Amino acid sequence: MGKGVPGAAAAYDTPPTTARAVSPGDQPPALATPLVRIRGLHFARGSKCIFNGLDLDIRRGAVTAIMGPSGTGKTTLLKLISGQLRPQAGIVEVDGADVHRLSRRRLYALRTRMGMLFQSGALLGDLTVFDNVAFPLREHAHLPQSLLRRLVLMKLEAVGLRGAATLLPSQLSGGMARRVALARAVALDPMMVLYDEPFTGQDPISMGVLVTLVRHLNDAGSLTSIIVSHDVPETLSIADAVYVIAEGRVICHGTPAEVASAAGPRARQFLDGQPDGPVHFHYPAMPLADELLKLGDERAC
Amino acid sequence: MGTTRTTEILVGAFMAAGFLALFFLSMRVSNLSAGDGADGYALTARFDNIGSLKVRAPVSMAGVRLGRVEDIRFDADTYQAVVTLRIDGAYDRLPTDTFANIYTAGLLGEQYVALDPGGSQDYLGDGDQIEHTQSALVLEQMIGQFLFDKAQEGSE
Amino acid sequence: MLTDALARLGRSGIGAIAGIGRAHLLLVAVLGGLPALVTRPRLLLAQIYNVGVLSVLIIAVSGLFVGMVLGLQGYYVLSQFGAEESLGVMVAASLARELGPVVTALLVAGRAGSALTAEIGLMKATEQLSALEMMAVDPIRRILTPRFLGGFLAMPLLAAMFSTLGVLGGWFVGVGLLGVDDGAFWSQMQAKLDFREDVLNGVIKSLVFGVVVTWIALFQGYDATPTSAGVSRATTRSVVHAALAVLGLDFILTALMFGE
Repeated sequence: MGKGVPGAAAAYDTPPTTARAVSPGDQPPALATPLVRIRGLHFARGSKCIFNGLDLDIRRGAVTAIMGPSGTGKTTLLKLISGQLRPQAGIVEVDGADVHRLSRRRLYALRTRMGMLFQSGALLGDLTVFDNVAFPLREHAHLPQSLLRRLVLMKLEAVGLRGAATLLPSQLSGGMARRVALARAVALDPMMVLYDEPFTGQDPISMGVLVTLVRHLNDAGSLTSIIVSHDVPETLSIADAVYVIAEGRVICHGTPAEVASAAGPRARQFLDGQPDGPVHFHYPAMPLADELLKLGDERAC
Repeated sequence: MGTTRTTEILVGAFMAAGFLALFFLSMRVSNLSAGDGADGYALTARFDNIGSLKVRAPVSMAGVRLGRVEDIRFDADTYQAVVTLRIDGAYDRLPTDTFANIYTAGLLGEQYVALDPGGSQDYLGDGDQIEHTQSALVLEQMIGQFLFDKAQEGSE
Repeated sequence: MLTDALARLGRSGIGAIAGIGRAHLLLVAVLGGLPALVTRPRLLLAQIYNVGVLSVLIIAVSGLFVGMVLGLQGYYVLSQFGAEESLGVMVAASLARELGPVVTALLVAGRAGSALTAEIGLMKATEQLSALEMMAVDPIRRILTPRFLGGFLAMPLLAAMFSTLGVLGGWFVGVGLLGVDDGAFWSQMQAKLDFREDVLNGVIKSLVFGVVVTWIALFQGYDATPTSAGVSRATTRSVVHAALAVLGLDFILTALMFGE
């Protein structure tokens, strides 16, 4: 990488631009094709339709944010990309392979090249911080004990928690747990990290730490990052590309600047946090006066 | 490391205690130690009536258990019960004129085969038949006999 | 309305059958992990500890007291017929055939089964199972299979301890306190109890109960709604279903084993 850590540190202080989306310098031709390609994705849970013909591309080496109101299936999208859920129709390709056509073995092999940060951290409760980070290494890379130890300590150092190596997850604060989970997600040096709401419910300091870390790890490890979030300012500050989804499809995409300027009323409402607009404050219902006058069992469903 | 070791020791102790308990149940509580299966030798005996004798009932002499009832069949020609007795190999000197009885252990107890030794110098071997047998006493028959005798006494 | 009631009945019937189907699929997946477990004996060890060692105390105390009660009650009934010598037979036969396997299974369902369900359910609710899957580790093989095998192996050992301590408890009351003859107590027991008929059948029963109790516990945890309310409901269901399954199966097994 032409860009070192200090460069990356500077990058998220300035407003992001398209020029930075793909790292300059040595670009293999493969960079031209997207790492994740989603076409015509349909997914429904029961009778509730979550995705209805979703198209999406994730560029290699970039931080892509997928934003939208709660309940638009952002976490579901990550589970579809990682093959934990199956769509009713459409294809999801990761690095050229159709995730839902892979055999179990090859899907697992693909997953060793993906990391995922869960909203809750999802650390294994009966293992220490050190063992949690060491877990994927012990499972998949058969390393000598001393090398394993050094690797784990380096990952923990990167998230600033080397001193907490012997603690149990129950002794960590939410922000610390998420940082340990981040160290675990990148333990195997994956090609891609999926972040599920990484900034939600954090105090401003933890939030700042996490924002910095996500950008830093992406650039230092030449990763591809996908962030699912509804924290608008934090996410926009580090994203190279933004997709806004609502009602099962992409309503707006581009660089943060493009999205901010060219957003339609729907995306506008979300980005600006207005209580009412195209996405209604009220859950669909019959007019209040009608309902108050009628009796319960005649309610329209 | 220390906790793993403790776990290992405790699991080891647990398994040892479990197997010890199984051993206790098989050896001390049940009759596994008393010889099972096809050791020893088989004798047959024919009875006119075996009462409620069951397979696995004890076979004893002088009150000491020598073996068990292995099989009970019915001979359609003689209308008798053919009982196969499995005798422990250690007791191989039963005289050929040994007498087999079916007795009841206690008032409500199970029925068992009691052997009475004869005086012969020859001994029974595998597959031999005990010639002298005494059938089980059936309560109704005994009472009937008793009443019959009483009635006869009265009429005399 | 009648049609509504019928629809509800149909829905719950379909739901129950779908649940049974999911439980069987899970069992197949769990059993599929057994070969790989050979290379990771440490995982199994920890689970024998959880199910077995941690249940020893309650099993031992219960066994002892059940045996003592059997000794006391048996003595009162048998002494009316002058058959106190058969006390050993009665205590040992009822423990080895029925009470040992059944009560142990019920206690394990309450003590270890509910803990298993809560553990798996919480791992699901806190996304730990998803995280394992994302780390390319099969959570069923990694988490569920060792617990299943641990429960399966621990159950007969626990039942044997229960029966043994029960016999000793009956002996203590009968011989030690009520004055039954020591020799008659043991010799009658040995004469009447058969290894295959009584002890081995008891072991087979407890192996079956071990499978059923851990299977139900794992399934309820794995199938739980991933919320705290869902996990607590699943824990209750786990104990209730396991107890009913053990008692129902005990009847069937007894009929198969001892019926002629």
